[in-house]
Amino acid sequence: MIPELGHFFLILALINAIVLGSLPFYGAHTQHSGLMRLASKASIGQFVLLLASYICLTLAFVQDDFSVAYVANHSNTLLPLRYKITAVWGSHEGSLLLWILILSGWMAAVAIFSKALTAVMRARVLATLGFLSIGFVSFALFTSNPFERVLPFIPIDGADLNPLLQDFGMIVHPPMLYMGFVGFAVVFAFAIAGLLQGDLDQKWAKWARPWTTVAWIFLTIGIALGSWWAYYELGWGGWWFWDPVENASFMPWIAGTALLHSLAATEKRGAYKSWTVLLAILTFSLSLLGTFLVRSGVLTSVHAFATDPERGLFILTFLGFAVGGALTLYAWQFDKLKSNNNYTLFSKEIAIVLNNILLFSSLLVVFLGTLYPLLADYLWEKKVSIGPPFFDPYFSFFFALILFLIPFGQQMNWKQDKLKPLLLKQFILLAVAVILTLALIALFADKILLWPVVAISLALWLILSCINYLVNQSSNAQSLFAGLKKISRSYWGMIVAHIGVAITVIGVIITSFYSIEKDIRIEPQQIVKVENLSIKFEKFDNFTFENYISSQATLKVSKNGRHLTTLKPEKRRYRVSGQLMTEAAIEPGFFGDLYISLAQPLDKGAWAIKVYYKPFVRWIWLGALIMALGGLLAVSDKRYRARRFKKVSPKKESIINES
Amino acid sequence: MKAHRKKKLITILTALVLLSSAVGLLLFAIGDYADAFYEPTKVVNGEAPLNKTVRVGGLVVDGSVNRSSDSLYVEFDITDNQESITITFDKSLPDLFREGQGIMAEGKLIDNKTLKATKVLAKHDEQYMPPEIADTLKKSHQDGVNKMKDQQSKEKGDY
Repeated sequence: MIPELGHFFLILALINAIVLGSLPFYGAHTQHSGLMRLASKASIGQFVLLLASYICLTLAFVQDDFSVAYVANHSNTLLPLRYKITAVWGSHEGSLLLWILILSGWMAAVAIFSKALTAVMRARVLATLGFLSIGFVSFALFTSNPFERVLPFIPIDGADLNPLLQDFGMIVHPPMLYMGFVGFAVVFAFAIAGLLQGDLDQKWAKWARPWTTVAWIFLTIGIALGSWWAYYELGWGGWWFWDPVENASFMPWIAGTALLHSLAATEKRGAYKSWTVLLAILTFSLSLLGTFLVRSGVLTSVHAFATDPERGLFILTFLGFAVGGALTLYAWQFDKLKSNNNYTLFSKEIAIVLNNILLFSSLLVVFLGTLYPLLADYLWEKKVSIGPPFFDPYFSFFFALILFLIPFGQQMNWKQDKLKPLLLKQFILLAVAVILTLALIALFADKILLWPVVAISLALWLILSCINYLVNQSSNAQSLFAGLKKISRSYWGMIVAHIGVAITVIGVIITSFYSIEKDIRIEPQQIVKVENLSIKFEKFDNFTFENYISSQATLKVSKNGRHLTTLKPEKRRYRVSGQLMTEAAIEPGFFGDLYISLAQPLDKGAWAIKVYYKPFVRWIWLGALIMALGGLLAVSDKRYRARRFKKVSPKKESIINES
Repeated sequence: MKAHRKKKLITILTALVLLSSAVGLLLFAIGDYADAFYEPTKVVNGEAPLNKTVRVGGLVVDGSVNRSSDSLYVEFDITDNQESITITFDKSLPDLFREGQGIMAEGKLIDNKTLKATKVLAKHDEQYMPPEIADTLKKSHQDGVNKMKDQQSKEKGDY
C-alpha cells in the first residue's frame, strides 16, 4: 500500500510540475497576476508531494518491504536501521528521487526567500525550475521507478546494501553533493528568467549571487566529503583519482567558481553580463552532463552503477533540450545585454577576466580528459583511458597560474588601480614566502623538490598577502580589532575562501610528493621496519557483528623504540552478499596520518599489509571546509538580507557596494 | 552592420577561434597520455606496443596464481577465452581479486606474453564489469562459437 502511495505522489508531482512549468510562463507573458502567483504555491506543493513520495520509499526500506524491487536489491533485514534509511539513495532509482526532492527543496526555498523579486521574475524563475522538474520526475517515473514491485514471487530477504555504502561518509556525501549539483539549477533559472525579460540589471546579479554561493558551498563540502570517504573507505589511501564520476562533480565546481567571480563583477560593476549569463547556463549544463555520465554508465568508473542505455538516452535528450533551449534563448537575446565596459587594463575587472580564462582552461582540461575516451571509442573504436599522467601536469599548470594571480586580484580596485605599488608590495611578500618555504622544507623534509617549493611558496604567499591585506584595511582604524570589524562580511568571505585554497594546495602538494607508501609482508610476532617506524604484528582475531564478520589484526607501531600507537586494520566479510571489505586503520594527525590496511592473507598466517604515511593529508579537506566557510561569510553579508537592506540609506549603500 | 554589433561579432569570433585552438591543442596532447586497452589476443598477436603503458583485461585463469613465499610478488594469467598472457605484480592485490574474476591490469609489456603491472583493478562489486572486459568476453565468446561451428563443419566434412 505505502509504495503505491509513494508512486501516486510521484505522479501527482509530475502533474504539478507540468502546471508549474507552463502556466506561470504564460502568466508572466500576459501580465496575469493570478497565474504568476500560482508559481510559489505550486513550488511549495512540489516539495511537499516529493517529500511525501520520498518518505514512502524510506518507509518501505524501514519496514523491509521486499516486494519492492529496489528495496529487495539494496537492503536486508540484518542491515542496521541507520543504513536502511540511507540505503534509499544507495543506488540509481532512490538517488534520483533524492535528486528530484532536493530540486524541489531549492524551488520551495526560492519561493519563500525571494519576496524581493518582481512578480514576473519570480514566476519565470520558478517556472523554469518547474520545467526542469518535469524532465526529472518523468525520468524517474518512466525509466527508473523506485516503487516497482516484484510480484508474485516476493523475496524472503533482500540482497543487502553494497558494504562500501554502509558508512558514515556515505550517509552525508551524496545529499551534500546533490545539494550543490542541483543548486546550480537556481542560477540557471535566474539566467533564463533574465534572458526572457531581456534586461539584466545589477539587481539580477545581486539576486542570483547568494543562491550560487550557497550551491557552491554545498558542492565544495560534498566533494571534500567524497574525497575523505574514498581515502578511508576504499583502502587505497588515495584521495582523488581523476575518476570520471569525480570529474563529473568537479567540472560544475570549477565552472561554479568561475561564475562566483564573474557574478561579483556583474553585481558590483555591471560588467560581463553576457558572459556571466552564459557561465550560469554552462555551470548547470555541466551538472546535467555529470548526471548523464554517472547515470548512463558510458564511462568506466570505480563508481559501480547499473547501466541502462535507455536511461542514458533519456538524460541526453533532456540535456540537449534544456541546454539547447537555453543557448538558443541566449543567442536570441544576446544583443540586449549591455555591459559596463568602463574599466582600465589594471583593474579588478581584468583580474576577474584572467581568473575566468584560467578556470575555464582548467575546466577544459578536465572536460576533455573525461570525455576523450568516449570520443576515441566512437571515432576510432579504440578503448583508452586517461589518468593522472595527463590530468596532474595540465591541471596543475593552470592552477599554479591561478594561484599566482590571486594575491594581485584580491587587492585590486575596481575600475582602475596603480600597478607599481601593488607589484612592489606583492613581490616583497613573495620573496618572504619563498624564503619561508625553503627554510621549512630544509628543516622538516628530507628532500627539496622543485614543485613543492613552487606550490608551497605560492600558497604561503597567498596567505601572507591575505593577512597583509587585512592589516592594511584596518590601518586607519583605532585598533586592529576595530579595523577588522569594519571589513564587510563578503570581503571576509573572499579572504577566508582564498586562505582555504592555499591550505588545500599545501595539503595536496605535500601529500603527493612526501607520502611514504610501502606494501610489506608481515608474519605473526614479526617486527618489520618501515622508514623510522617499526611495526609488530601482535595478533589476529575474528569478531561477529550484526551483518558482517570482522577479521582484525593488531599491530603495534613504535618510533625510535618508543610506543606510538596500536592500529587495528580489518577485513570484513558481509554475510548476505559475501563481499569482502577492507577497513583501514588510521592514526590521524594534523601534520600527517599513519594509515595501515590489510591487503590479503599470505601463507603461514602472514599478511600483506599497506603502510602509508600521509603528511598534511587532512589539510586538503580542512582547506575545503575553510573555503565553504568563506562562502558562508559571503552570503551572510548585510546587503543580501532584504529587510535590513531597506533601512540602509542610498549613500551608505554605495559605500557598501564599493567595499 | 552597426558598429557595436561588429565589435560584438569580432569578440565572439575571437573567443571561438581561441576556444577551438585550445581544444585542438589539448586533444593533440591527450593522445600521448591515452593508455590503450588491449585484449590478450591482441597482445599475443603483437598488436600492442611494448614499453608504453597499456591496459589489458580478462578473466584470471583458474590455478594460475603463483605467489612468492617471502615477498608480495605474484604471477597470474588472464585470458579472453582465446589467448592468455601472464601478469607480474609486486604490490598487494585488490579485495575482489579471485580466480575466474574479471580484472584489469595496467603496466608495460615486457614481451607479447608478459605484462609487468603497476596497477591491478578488480571489479568494484559483484554486478559490475568494466565495459572493456565485458566487450572482450562477449566478442571472444562469439568468436569461440563461430570457431566451434567451423570445426564442427570441418569435422563433418572429414567423415
